[in-house]
Amino acid sequence: MYNFDVEMPTSIADAVAALGKEDAQALGGGQTLIPTLKQRLASPSVLVSLSGISEMQGVCKGDDGKLCVGGATTHATVARDAASSFPGLAGLASHIGDPAVRNRGTIGGSLANNDPSACYPAAALGAGATIVTNDREIAADDFFQGMFTTDLEEGEIITEVRFPIPDASNYQKFLQPASRFALVGVFVAKFSDGVRVAVTGASNDGVFRWSEAEAALSANFSANALDGLTVSGDDMINDLHGTGEYRAHLVGVMTKRAVAAAG
Amino acid sequence: MAQVSMTVNGKAASGDVEGRTLLSSFLRDSLDLTGTHVGCDTSQCGACVVHVNGEAVKACTMLAVEAQGAEVATIEGMANPDGSLNVIQQAFQDHHGLQCGFCTPGMVMSAAALLKENPKPTEAEVREYLEGNICRCTGYHNIVKAIMAASGQDVSSIAAE
Repeated sequence: MYNFDVEMPTSIADAVAALGKEDAQALGGGQTLIPTLKQRLASPSVLVSLSGISEMQGVCKGDDGKLCVGGATTHATVARDAASSFPGLAGLASHIGDPAVRNRGTIGGSLANNDPSACYPAAALGAGATIVTNDREIAADDFFQGMFTTDLEEGEIITEVRFPIPDASNYQKFLQPASRFALVGVFVAKFSDGVRVAVTGASNDGVFRWSEAEAALSANFSANALDGLTVSGDDMINDLHGTGEYRAHLVGVMTKRAVAAAG
Repeated sequence: MAQVSMTVNGKAASGDVEGRTLLSSFLRDSLDLTGTHVGCDTSQCGACVVHVNGEAVKACTMLAVEAQGAEVATIEGMANPDGSLNVIQQAFQDHHGLQCGFCTPGMVMSAAALLKENPKPTEAEVREYLEGNICRCTGYHNIVKAIMAASGQDVSSIAAE
């Protein structure tokens, strides 16, 4: 790693101020960023750790019935504290990486990085979450803008993520056997006014909604409703772990499994 | 350089570190606690697992300055106060849960974290919990068996290969 200074602010305001320095970079749980720094793929002069900001920690239920997750909340905390209120989200969080990674990695870090194979973007888009930053609120439909790209401005911090809680939801992923990231992952969320389906791992454009499946499942929430529906593999990731066509096939399979598991 | 202070295995520890100094480097190079192994340096192998404030983390994927004020536990602090092996370590010996031993510190620290939150895990739960700990010698069977035995469960029916 190239060397850098580390700042440990204890408030969002102090973190925003620290991120105003030249070549400053926010550090969530570091489970992606620290390996990236080791590879010398990034060379910030200042890392601003968000892990000491108590107002960005924890899971709670808002007055509007939404589940509010602080941006610096670890996957392990979400897995534990959202288990009764939003089991689909807790189930997703409980299978990210491995136990030690889940004790450090954070929801804000995952969403801000928007890795095309990360799990959390599927939950945020699938549930229609609101991404709250130090500056504004962003709908998940506007937040994700392609592989490793989001609507976040330079120095902007995800302070909270607000999830509408679906009547039923589930996330299923097909693991890439070496990295254990999602080769394809699908989050299905059933609300009273319709069904949302978000797919991660598959597309060259990152997480996306599968609108044909949403329409079919909104009419009939059963795995059978997806019979005959396919997505095109043309714009899907094509690498040594799987062709675009294979990933497109897995999208259908994982969606069916998620619907069946959501019940 | 910055001064960092923490409690390691119950004793106060401090030192000067760079921003980029990893917790694993601080433990090994500054404190001479070389039981925490660095196998891959890419946060996949789990040989560097330690506990920070009671939670298992990969010490190679956390900055030393982030552990400021924390309670850190490493393999060196796992033995019983009289120096004898603790129940997990003894079970690894009894059930041949290691061959070369390189991954063992991380395995023992992960096992301790698992048994703290789930005192009687099933075999499947043990295997899932060890997803982030890689062993290239044993094929995992005897590691799983050792952890099951350490939890006080009968392991006579678990296959040993």
